[in-house]
Amino acid sequence: MMKDMQKPERSKSIFRFAAPQMFYPLAGRLAPWFAGVAAILAAVGLWLGFFVAPTDAVQGDVYRVIYIHVAAAWMSMFVYMVMAFWSFVGLVMNTRLSFIMSQALAPTGAMFCFVALWTGSLWGKPTWGAYWVWDARLTSQLLLLFLYLGFMALTRAIEDPRRADKAGAIIALVGAVNVPIIYFSVKWWNTLHQGASVSLNKAPSMATTMLTGMLVMAFAAWAYTIAVTLWRVRSLILERERHTEWVAAELNALEGKI
Amino acid sequence: MSRALGPFAAVLGRDLLLAWRGRADVLVTLAFFVVVVCLFPFGVGAEPNQLRAIAPGVLWVAALLSTLLSLHRLFAQDHADGTLEQLLLTPEPTVLWVVAKICAHWIATGLPLLIVAPGLALLFDVEQGALGVLVLSLALGTPILALLGAVGAALTLGLRGGGMLLALLVLPLFVPVLIFGAGAVDAYLSGSGAQAHLLLLGGGLLGSLALAPLACAAALRIAVE
Repeated sequence: MMKDMQKPERSKSIFRFAAPQMFYPLAGRLAPWFAGVAAILAAVGLWLGFFVAPTDAVQGDVYRVIYIHVAAAWMSMFVYMVMAFWSFVGLVMNTRLSFIMSQALAPTGAMFCFVALWTGSLWGKPTWGAYWVWDARLTSQLLLLFLYLGFMALTRAIEDPRRADKAGAIIALVGAVNVPIIYFSVKWWNTLHQGASVSLNKAPSMATTMLTGMLVMAFAAWAYTIAVTLWRVRSLILERERHTEWVAAELNALEGKI
Repeated sequence: MSRALGPFAAVLGRDLLLAWRGRADVLVTLAFFVVVVCLFPFGVGAEPNQLRAIAPGVLWVAALLSTLLSLHRLFAQDHADGTLEQLLLTPEPTVLWVVAKICAHWIATGLPLLIVAPGLALLFDVEQGALGVLVLSLALGTPILALLGAVGAALTLGLRGGGMLLALLVLPLFVPVLIFGAGAVDAYLSGSGAQAHLLLLGGGLLGSLALAPLACAAALRIAVE
């Protein structure tokens, strides 16, 4: 890829999409496809999860929340990593689109974080008898939500977009360095204090349909995240580049359509 | 060696002198710490066993909050009167004087907490042998809070509502320090020994001393740009 960049015919290189003007139409073309894939996968996954998969012998039908919960929890953690990655790329390469990307990802990550916590507590009430226990996973998920909120609050509070981009990137990276430290400290805190009353670590032996449903839902969450992020990137690009000619032309064309 | 330490000592001395001349600010931070700690018995009741059980956590949370409250002063004044820009323009390495400023800040706000904490612990009837561990955990932990908080303070420099934003940014990062700091005292009291917690705090201090000033220097450059 790095070789491609040095070639004289730059317009062929994949890096031409690093320019917001080039990425805008690409994102517009790709987003509906990912949205469609997300809708189909979610429909299949929910059908598998709620109608095909057998009822759990121990937990009854309550367990079915995992079809939403697990996908949301995975995504919330993964999105933070991707956000930190784009922040790093932005700081190193000084590319505007990278910062826009990480800011477009944050609300979706925070949403999945919240969904994971919410569905988890709905599952916890009938299973553990409490909406919340100070388990290591729950606690670090909660702190991850705070990290997302801090990132979004900081980037929205700074008016100058250049400063907002870089400040947000620094806090995203500081957060990424701290996430493992937070996770392990919370884990040790819990085990040092009291024997965990409920163990989440034991992987339940799972029927194949259950696992399939969960994986399909995870892929649906992926496709949804990509689609929503691309649409959000488009809005952010329009907002940032509103003084340029191509955005004016684009907006005129849109108005003509309506 | 002395050439590298020259600007470090100069900034450290200047900030300490400024802190000394504005003693009232430092005392307010300390008074806040004392008042917050004294509020807890009113909230949870004065039952001695319960107070003994929550003492390490209460002292640590109060230390954390008073550190947080003093953080915005770290760069705000220098930012307002232009000193910060002049410091950034000097050829001296930014990281060097950033560390000096954080050191001075900790000496002015963190060190008094260490001195007062054992006395407050006695109000909660903490066993006297644990006081040393408490002071040691605060001595290792509060500099980490200052170092991490400095990054947040630099990022939120000059923003509207910067104080609340600063809290939202740095409080999640403070959690490990709180866990190991309060945990050290708990571990000592339960008889399992505080060594593991104190070693982890020491490691955290070294790690944040190595990394946080770099992030802080970058954040300051962004803020002043």
